[in-house]
Amino acid sequence: MRLCTLFALATLGLMGAGPLEAGVLNVVATTEDLASIAREVGGDKVQVTALARGYQDPHFVEAKPSFIFTLNKADLLILVGKDLEIGWLPPLITQSRNSKIQRGGTGYLDASQTANILEIPQGEITRAMGDVHPQGNPHYWLDPGNGRRIAQAVQQKLGAMSPADAAYFSSRYADFDRRLAQAEERWDATLAPYKGTKIVTYHRSWPNLCERFGLDVVGYVEPKPGIPPSPAHTIALQAEIKRLGVRVILVEPYFDLKTPNAIGRETGAKVVVLAPSVGAEKEITDYIKLFDYDVNLVVSAIKQAGGK
Amino acid sequence: MRRLIHVFVAVSLAVVSPVLARAQEPAPSPSPSPAAGPALPPPPAPAPEPPGGSSGSGGVGPASSKVFNPDMAVIGDFVGAIGKSPGGGEPSLEMHEVEASFQAIVDPYARADFFLAFNPEGVEIEEAFITFPTLPGGLLMKVGKLRAAFGKVNTLHNHTLPWTDRPLMIQNLVGGEEGLGDAGISLSRLFPNRYVFLEATGEVYRGQNEVFKGEDRGDLAYLGRLRAYRDLTESSNLDLGGSFASGASGEGPGLKRLLIGVDATFRYRPLRRAIYRRFLARTELVWSRMEGQDRKHDAFGMYASAEYQFARRWFTGVRYDRSRQAVAPSGSDTGTSLTLTYWPSEFSQIRGQYRRTGPAAGEARNEVLFQFLFSIGAHGAHVF
Repeated sequence: MRLCTLFALATLGLMGAGPLEAGVLNVVATTEDLASIAREVGGDKVQVTALARGYQDPHFVEAKPSFIFTLNKADLLILVGKDLEIGWLPPLITQSRNSKIQRGGTGYLDASQTANILEIPQGEITRAMGDVHPQGNPHYWLDPGNGRRIAQAVQQKLGAMSPADAAYFSSRYADFDRRLAQAEERWDATLAPYKGTKIVTYHRSWPNLCERFGLDVVGYVEPKPGIPPSPAHTIALQAEIKRLGVRVILVEPYFDLKTPNAIGRETGAKVVVLAPSVGAEKEITDYIKLFDYDVNLVVSAIKQAGGK
Repeated sequence: MRRLIHVFVAVSLAVVSPVLARAQEPAPSPSPSPAAGPALPPPPAPAPEPPGGSSGSGGVGPASSKVFNPDMAVIGDFVGAIGKSPGGGEPSLEMHEVEASFQAIVDPYARADFFLAFNPEGVEIEEAFITFPTLPGGLLMKVGKLRAAFGKVNTLHNHTLPWTDRPLMIQNLVGGEEGLGDAGISLSRLFPNRYVFLEATGEVYRGQNEVFKGEDRGDLAYLGRLRAYRDLTESSNLDLGGSFASGASGEGPGLKRLLIGVDATFRYRPLRRAIYRRFLARTELVWSRMEGQDRKHDAFGMYASAEYQFARRWFTGVRYDRSRQAVAPSGSDTGTSLTLTYWPSEFSQIRGQYRRTGPAAGEARNEVLFQFLFSIGAHGAHVF
């Protein structure tokens, strides 16, 4: 008899979680950008936790056991996907003992599914190209259009998980959409005079941002993705920067500034530590403020470096 | 009687054959129903069958079947040694191990991990297990051949070690390179609370390996582990564990071998500079009791180590070893090692290690070991 009960329990467990109770959903996002978007859409019907900090390299987060506890209680896991978290998230999910957030579970949302992904490699891919992402560039959240797509996916997911609040989520989404559109007009206007400005970046973190706002990336401090700067590449890059008249070098906050600064001294280009994520600096508390910060910084850097 | 068997076989074949036939057909491609969503382009014409190929069975199937292939990786571990080492030790040059791994999700309820180790002695299953991550009661279950959750180093595969060798304590008391591991079942559970990450693991093994020498079915080995972890700051944390393992000593019926271990790890990794700096200090202590025919043999072993990353691709480390043999007259073997490791990329590693060993009996040895590690295939998770 007892065995039967155990078996029934085991079966129930294997079948997945039962219906969700009404109330607050526990949402865990792998990055602070996704967390911010989830807060915009979920309002006070969700409680959101981010795993990686905004000033951390999201490729190299440590799979700390404290994250296992966080994931254990999650109703919904939102991840960046495109292999960004491949070095640390899969073992955390396995150890979370949480059926909802397993791959394919009801609470597993890969935010890249509906996003516009750039730099999907064509043809043969080998690691001779460095640490390439075969499914495309995973830094896609740096295009506000993708922020909107993520928000929409989150809204649909939350609505499906808690139908009673679906109308609430869709009105929150509409409000976020409106504020984001207003902000985009502002950013477009600020950056309009600088369209076509040639820049160099450290890692390939900014293709979406640059494409969206018309900046032209002509080189990288890294010789190949994930490969640290080499003297030969640095010398070649300096020549290229001088030839093309590049004024600005964008660096993520988690890279060493030694090489970019040396290139800056040699060429006169201005080195700017740009924010790749919400939380990279104290004042960047949400997704819209992230672009406010970056757009202002890029414009002031171009001006300081003697651009138009 | 014989007729009955014939009937049985015939019936079985009749029942099974449609299933087999279906299994040989190519997987049906999902065709969009007219009602579903926006109009999709018409499905491409079916690809011509490969010459001589039957309908997609036996490895010449349509490309879509390959999406279910597991994540595969191969890791080579080449070790060389310089210096006098009377009575054994690492060979001068050796392709020490090739590890092949195959990992994938089995179905909505489980994932599977296979690690095969090819070494100069032959091929062995390093680990092969299924994991059920979502059992009721917050349990995580693994079934298969496993490296036992005894301490820290015992669970690590060769290529994830911070040294080219394993500490003397592991070699003398915990089964050396193969370590404590066997066919078995592992169950672990979290104890959520506000203060500390707490995980308890219970495992049962066949009890026949480098450490335990069970001869009968009843000579099972049991293992228990309690792990406590806490973030001290966002960049540093402390990881403590206690383990015990018990099984047959092989010295006679009913005689036991018991291992008790304690481990502590302190980690520091500043988040803003995570790819350039890290520090890890770790110690493991093990007490061993071997019940012999006439008396009990007690032995103690330990190691303490530190690793420091001082540039994006450079690591250095130091390790102190001290351990008795499980059954030894007296005295401890001691060792001191210094390591320097270079990472050309995440997928290869070159390491040198200076090692001074002081055996309990015999002269001290000075050796230099070097290692090339290289991996191809799927990107595995980083070890924490």
